[in-house]
Amino acid sequence: MTTGGDWTRKTAAELADALAAGEVTSVELTQAHLDRIAAVDGDATAGVHAFLHVDREGVLAQAAASDERRAAGEPLHQLDGVPIAVKDVLTTQGLPTTCGSKILEGWVPPYDATVVRRIKDAGLPILGKTNMDEFAMGSSTEHSAYGPTRNPWDQTRIPGGSGGGSAAAVAAYEAPLAVGTDTGGSIRQPGAVTGTVGVKPTYGAVSRYGLVALANSLDQAGPVTRTVLDAALLQELIGGHDPLDSTSVDQPLPSLVDAARQGATGDLSGVRIGVITELSGDGWQPGVMTRFQESVDLLVKAGAEVVEVSCPTFVHALATYYLILPAECSSNLAKFDAMRYGLRVVPEGNPSAEDVMKATRDAGFGDEVKRRIILGTYALSSGYYDAYYGQAQKVRTLISRDFATAFEQVDVLVSPTAPTTAFELGEKLDDPLAMYLNDLATIPANLAGVPGISVPAGLADEDGLPVGFQVLAPALADDRCYRVGAALEALLTAEWGGPLLDRAPVLEEIR
Amino acid sequence: MISRDEVAHLADLARIDLDDAELDHLAPQLAVILESVASIRGVAGDDVPPTSHPIPLTNVFREDVVVPGLTAEQALSGAPASEDGRFSVPRILGDEQ
Repeated sequence: MTTGGDWTRKTAAELADALAAGEVTSVELTQAHLDRIAAVDGDATAGVHAFLHVDREGVLAQAAASDERRAAGEPLHQLDGVPIAVKDVLTTQGLPTTCGSKILEGWVPPYDATVVRRIKDAGLPILGKTNMDEFAMGSSTEHSAYGPTRNPWDQTRIPGGSGGGSAAAVAAYEAPLAVGTDTGGSIRQPGAVTGTVGVKPTYGAVSRYGLVALANSLDQAGPVTRTVLDAALLQELIGGHDPLDSTSVDQPLPSLVDAARQGATGDLSGVRIGVITELSGDGWQPGVMTRFQESVDLLVKAGAEVVEVSCPTFVHALATYYLILPAECSSNLAKFDAMRYGLRVVPEGNPSAEDVMKATRDAGFGDEVKRRIILGTYALSSGYYDAYYGQAQKVRTLISRDFATAFEQVDVLVSPTAPTTAFELGEKLDDPLAMYLNDLATIPANLAGVPGISVPAGLADEDGLPVGFQVLAPALADDRCYRVGAALEALLTAEWGGPLLDRAPVLEEIR
Repeated sequence: MISRDEVAHLADLARIDLDDAELDHLAPQLAVILESVASIRGVAGDDVPPTSHPIPLTNVFREDVVVPGLTAEQALSGAPASEDGRFSVPRILGDEQ
């Protein structure tokens, strides 16, 4: 007999099969995950704290509806009844959406993001909303106004960011699936440091409608899971053209699930892989590089042809990103004006709208958001525009050209996902530049709009913490990320004798 | 490179009411970040076109037909204050205006 605890250890694909075979109901599965959340999630002071809001009643009602559909013999989506968590940056009608910010505390959106709409239409019960750095600005989830998420591998460490909540929820078996968003690595870097799988799809492959924008030209929603196959199933569900998003790509992608299944055979004959020269060297943790190199060796054994490829402009990617992103975010966050939704702070006296706006934005935004808004305002101001924002847009072109040249020689590019394993909570909180360096390897893909996946590559020798392996592919060739990612996952899992997460410490129950 | 006064001015432009302690804290951090990102000056020549958007798309329009949107009630549901089906806001003119 399978206990509730066991159901939380299954992959989404396994849960879908169990539901289809009548071995379990969606209500039972959902309750098992709610019990797990109650046992380990805690709050801002203790526990994993992956969730900002758990919709206990709503999710069980959705699960019951799924069971009724199944009993009635209705045609169902494969994942109908499999519970999911959603990053708190996607709007959910009737459920609070805070973006990890005090300025949106208590806001309940009047509409669903397209991603959320598709999840609901497919019948996946939504467990709740996951924690994140405020407006997705950060690499550690410490910039959440509601307290940090803790890494299930070591609760004194960061779970990555900005989507640390989604990654930690999946790593801690609180949810089999989650949705994240990736502007400079916010899906892939948390995946790397929590030993989970994270995918940033091609820009425009998943709708941004209802995704509260950080930087419109960089933001992309994608899957957060424990296996590559689950990620493929989820991207196929949430992806595809959306008339409500004018930047949505109106072209079908090759089958991602087929690519993941093909990769899982462990055969990469004929696949050309490029190791990016610029994403290694000084500042890269030795234990990260060791696991990365071992993974590359495995891909060679699987039949891939591996060469080193130089992308010389990538050394400027970080500076480019930290001009373009603040510029876009300073403009985007102007909408938080205390007039139409969210917080309103009214100073003493007879304040004007402008006084109210200023007081509200001071009280409602955290330090990192203020830093980036001011930086963006500077980069866009006359006199500095050409030297900063204009120059960054040109270097962005050079970075895209580096990708184009590289993809003439190879099918995919690979690197470690992040230069280090998870650092200590608080370690880089007041050193923004050191924090930004975490995104060194993930940022180029956002600037060029190409897809990327992070899959677990093992544990670093120094600290026993997870290392991520990144695979990047040309725009609209997301299937290549899934194929190579699934191959590496299959080869490493066989070597380890089970998934990496099996080696994570047992979480203390705190209820 | 960027002074405390400049940061105060930028915060004013961005409509954020920073107090002295915040200015003391944020100004030196912004100076460090700006010094670092300034490294891209001169990287791309004049002949390089700028990229504003990673996937080239132009003129994405839908058919010009009326489709359902939010009701006034839904649109006002998150407002800090509303009155007569409208957003209620503080006075919009300054003392001298």
